[in-house]
Amino acid sequence: MRVRVQEAAFDYGAECGAFAARQEGQGAVVTFAGIVRDTAQGDLQAMEIEHYPGMTERALARIAEEAQTRWGLGDVLVIHRHGRLAPGEVIMMVATAAPHRASAFAAAEFLMDYLKSRAPFWKREITARGADWVAARDEDEAALGRW
Amino acid sequence: MDVLYFAWVRERIGLPKERVETEAATVADLVEELRAREERYAMAFADLSALRVAVDQELADFDAPLAGVREVAFFPPMTGG
Repeated sequence: MRVRVQEAAFDYGAECGAFAARQEGQGAVVTFAGIVRDTAQGDLQAMEIEHYPGMTERALARIAEEAQTRWGLGDVLVIHRHGRLAPGEVIMMVATAAPHRASAFAAAEFLMDYLKSRAPFWKREITARGADWVAARDEDEAALGRW
Repeated sequence: MDVLYFAWVRERIGLPKERVETEAATVADLVEELRAREERYAMAFADLSALRVAVDQELADFDAPLAGVREVAFFPPMTGG
């Protein structure tokens, strides 16, 4: 299990390839990437991501450990960036490895649902109109109920 | 103890972190003390349903006790992923 919180960009393809290459004994790998999405008006200049150093790493490790235990994963990887990102950049990724695909898919969805609303990150959209904190969505909180 | 603020809570209060000497028994008591200080605190803590709190880097409730606690953080609902 690995959890990384970093400002620097990472190579999503290389991370996925390296993750899959070390899963001898597992039958399935699922990967997900979150991307900086433009605004509805198409005028996003940057997305700034603030986080709580210390708590962030602990929260991500706890969520990853729970996924690993619950779905008997062979391995988990979580990488989440902070700082200033441009539209289209990769914000974060998760990868799960399990004997069969159902566990790998379910664990990846669980990880995403939890790190959206239980890991201490806050996004702010920067446009010519100003800087706006992204509001948490009720659907994201409700999504936790299914686990 | 250290009190930390993130995102718009940090912006409203105007600082990311401060040392607070308090006898507050719970997070809610600490919030009452902070609210009474200045308008900017009163504004930041106007609606507790819009805030989350972490005690020693663990998510907690506003009735959480503060005995022995080193760090309390206030912030809006998280938007990771």
